[in-house]
Amino acid sequence: MPTFTFSGVACQAAPEESVLDALLRHGVEVSNSCRAGACQSCMLRATSGVLPAASQQGLKATLVEQGYFLSCVCRPEGDLVLEPAGGLEFTASIAALERLSANVLRVRLRTDTPLEYRPGQYLTLRRADGLARSYSLASLPEDGALELHVRRAPRGRMSGWLFDEARVNEAVTVRGPAGECFYTGGSPDQPLLLAGTGTGLAPLIGILRDALRLGHRGPIHLYHGALRPEGLYLREELRDFDSAHANLHYTPVVLEGGEPEGIAAGALDKTITAAHPKLSGWRGFLCGDPGIVQLLKKKLFLAGMASRDIFADAFVEAPGS
Amino acid sequence: MSSLYEQIGGQPAVDAAVDIFYRKVLSDDRISHFFEGVDMDKQIGKQKAFLTMAFGGPHNYTGQDMRKGHAHLVARGLNGTHFDAVAENLSNTLTELGVAQNLIDQVMAIAGSTRNDVLGL
Ligand SMILES: Cc1cc2nc3c(=O)[nH]c(=O)nc-3n(C[C@H](O)[C@H](O)[C@H](O)COP(=O)(O)OP(=O)(O)OC[C@H]3O[C@@H](n4cnc5c(N)ncnc54)[C@H](O)[C@@H]3O)c2cc1C
Ligand code: HEM
Ligand code: FES
Repeated sequence: MPTFTFSGVACQAAPEESVLDALLRHGVEVSNSCRAGACQSCMLRATSGVLPAASQQGLKATLVEQGYFLSCVCRPEGDLVLEPAGGLEFTASIAALERLSANVLRVRLRTDTPLEYRPGQYLTLRRADGLARSYSLASLPEDGALELHVRRAPRGRMSGWLFDEARVNEAVTVRGPAGECFYTGGSPDQPLLLAGTGTGLAPLIGILRDALRLGHRGPIHLYHGALRPEGLYLREELRDFDSAHANLHYTPVVLEGGEPEGIAAGALDKTITAAHPKLSGWRGFLCGDPGIVQLLKKKLFLAGMASRDIFADAFVEAPGS
Repeated sequence: MSSLYEQIGGQPAVDAAVDIFYRKVLSDDRISHFFEGVDMDKQIGKQKAFLTMAFGGPHNYTGQDMRKGHAHLVARGLNGTHFDAVAENLSNTLTELGVAQNLIDQVMAIAGSTRNDVLGL
């Protein structure tokens, strides 16, 4: 009889019983709705064991890769270890702080033990007093240090502290990695669209470098949006990177402030759909401001991109927490 | 005789239909405002549940669940016209996928049977 543990609770599934039913029977609360593998509300994650293929059918590639599955249609044949999502906790220290623009700070962190992650995922940074915020990873694991891009939020507690008070060598804690917005191999010729505003650029740079490292051959279009030209950053570096890779196309876009050389003017979504009216067969990565991520998701989907090919991380702020 | 759900193609058919159906719904000014959920991935999941049910597939929804599940939409003005628009998009989706007319008719009958519960009548 297959046995599985969930957050330390050991459960046994009766023959033909689903993981969801077994957990509910053991008093573990798991949200669920259709109980037929359609609505995805009962999704859990396995860190070890073999999952039946039926329990991952229809899920996005990045979820499958991390062991996510639908518990209502999972009838395990062997033992499983299940974990709530969110990753492990590591002690870390600030390795470097560097201004990339007036409002963007590059933070490099060093962990005592290496963190296994996919570029574009995020981690949660916790200060000694307990204040915690999520930031996305612009680095690749082989870089050594973890690289974050932090935007100064008006009167923001964590970002304000990082800009004005934090010092190199200061100890922090990180928990992670988390998130399903990252590159997976297997379709090296698929056109990729990467779009984001502000520090949404951080995970996009991670994804972009990862795709190139893994030999992506198809066109990669990177759109970085900002309200005004001052909101853009790493422009020179990205332009050089663009010149060095024939399949990479970098377009900075600003809403206001005329049309300075090399910068497109207009709304990010309109700029993208005007350049690429048909997106069926493409894969998309969207990061940054939640409203714009939401809008872009819908626009790309309506332009023909398959829902399972759209990966996004909205930088939701949690004021008051 | 295999079930309607099997004849249509089971879960792969739901996966194939969901993007087409949801794209139609989001582009349909008569009803799109009901579906502009905050999170598209969650909405896609719900639309898959809808299609699975309409295709005669496995589900555990009762008429009472349909009533409760759409009550907040009825409160926002959901009525028979909207129901017919959803049915039309469903039928067009299946036609576009090349599903045989006699199967489409059976799907439309299942969808129609939920009318009173969905509309809270
Ligand atoms: C998955 C994910 C990834 C992210 N990745 C990044 C990233 O790579 N880079 C990045 O810069 N950010 C990222 N963020 C956002 C980041 O986690 C923080 O939300 C952001 O840095 C602001 O935190 P803060 O402590 O500085 O501001 P907070 O103190 O949390 O304040 C946030 C804003 O709310 C306002 N506010 C605070 N309290 C109140 C109140 N009571 N009422 C009304 N308004 C209030 C503040 O003025 C401020 O503008 C990400 C978020 C998520 C969820
Ligand atoms: C044709 C018959 C219909 C059936 C069988 C049906 C079935 C369903 C099902 C199974 C769900 C998912 C519930 C869940 O798991 O949370 C759902 C959700 C939903 N339905 Fe229907 N539905 C029907 C008609 C309609 C109509 C006419 C509208 C509006 C025009 C509508 C709008 C919605 C919306 C917006 C949701 C998501 C609810 C939410 O996010 O809270 N449905 N429906
Ligand atoms: S409860 Fe709907 S997918 Fe599991």
